Amino acid sequence: MPSTADIQAGLAEILEEVAGVAPADATPEKSFTDDLDVDSLSMVEIATAVEDKFGVAIPDDELANIKTVGDAMSFIEKNQG
Amino acid sequence: MSTPTADVVVTGLGATTPLGGDVASTWDALLAGRSGVSRLTDDWAKDFPAQLVARLTTEPAEVLDRVRIRRLDRSQQVAVIAAEEAWRDAAGADSGVDPLRVAVVFGTGIGGAVTLLDQDDILEAKGPKRVSPFTIPMLMPNGPAAAVGLAVGARAGVHAPVSACASGAEAIRWGLDLLRLDRADMVVVGGTEACVHPLPMAGFSAMRAMSTRNDEPHRASRPFDKGRDGFVLGEGAAALVLERADAATARGARIHARLAGAGGTSDGYDLVAPHPEGEGAGRAITAAIRDAGLTAADIGHVNAHATSTPIGDTAEAAAIRDAIGDHPLVTATKSQTGHLLGAAGALESVFTILALREQLVPATANLDDPDDDAAVQALDIVRRDARKATFSAALNDSFGFGGHNMALVFTTA
Repeated sequence: MPSTADIQAGLAEILEEVAGVAPADATPEKSFTDDLDVDSLSMVEIATAVEDKFGVAIPDDELANIKTVGDAMSFIEKNQG
Repeated sequence: MSTPTADVVVTGLGATTPLGGDVASTWDALLAGRSGVSRLTDDWAKDFPAQLVARLTTEPAEVLDRVRIRRLDRSQQVAVIAAEEAWRDAAGADSGVDPLRVAVVFGTGIGGAVTLLDQDDILEAKGPKRVSPFTIPMLMPNGPAAAVGLAVGARAGVHAPVSACASGAEAIRWGLDLLRLDRADMVVVGGTEACVHPLPMAGFSAMRAMSTRNDEPHRASRPFDKGRDGFVLGEGAAALVLERADAATARGARIHARLAGAGGTSDGYDLVAPHPEGEGAGRAITAAIRDAGLTAADIGHVNAHATSTPIGDTAEAAAIRDAIGDHPLVTATKSQTGHLLGAAGALESVFTILALREQLVPATANLDDPDDDAAVQALDIVRRDARKATFSAALNDSFGFGGHNMALVFTTA
């Protein structure tokens, strides 16, 4: 089971690859759309990459509730099996 | 607002091509007689009848950031690279122009076909959930125009003519119209193509349109030559910035040339074959010269569409001879760049403008033995070395499958 720090680092890697977000900016309080300038299509790509990397499934209605990096981290922590 | 005039000038040029990553390196390589053509080394190409392509010298990933590379089809990447160079060249960002008065017209022949095919592979192999959410914006034929619009912040309108190999030239004609109609103050125009992939290669091959001179890549594209056997597929993009002359002069912009006139017609003859005497092509040429307020005698240079197909080149030669005469210095630069399809008219307009500016007509490579056809024989086609000449007006023509004919007349600034 990866630690919270591992999850944050993994997420930061995905954000950098998909949306060009500097890893240092990928902190829990950041909003994907308001702070990191991630658009809705990129959110779909990020979700797919998260599913691959962490072995979780993100249904569309759950994805709509993931607003911040912290939201994504807790979703991954809760749903990893 | 300035008083609109019919006088439109070119204040910016950009290109990324099989000869160079920008306008200067492309022009230098053209004058040096370099060929952009090479033989495909990919496994899939081994059994293909035509294995030649003219690839970019500079990969888009060396120029654009990773996010834009991910989100844009290759045809959109090169469009943005060429347009950003043209916009910088025109000092567009410092021009004070209102973004609400900036428009884009950018054409493509094939569009995001490679994205379509790659994503179909993913769909077949992994299912619909793995298809990229960027599939549609990457494959739509207005995608390059839209991407350029974002890059320059254009908000007066973004347009995408689709007329096969005449698309780039048609974009320039639309740009001229927008400025004459006062629908914009600056227009970024151009064309783009990047469709090197087995399916387009197989499709053009099935039409018997491509050269199969696989063992001699540099000698394969040979417009007007007796031994020509088809075109070589090229990739790249070119862009121009257009504005009205009074506004350009008022802001102290450097003016490369005037876009003096344009003409467009359709053959109404066959879906893909050109009219054998170039009837519609000739009418487009005549219309462009008249639109420029000139006569045929004024045209000193023609950058021909001449793709190196057996029937296309003779039909065009007839059109040039009949509509203009035997006096202009003709060149066919696809002999070195290959055929950039939807980008061809834009790239060849850049070459036409540079030839005007430098009073120097690049040579047609590989024209060892001109076709016996009477019209080809009548033309003064520049071969072996670039030729110095004095001329104040030059014409670029472009034709596309579908019977599209475009001609553009440029004059010295």
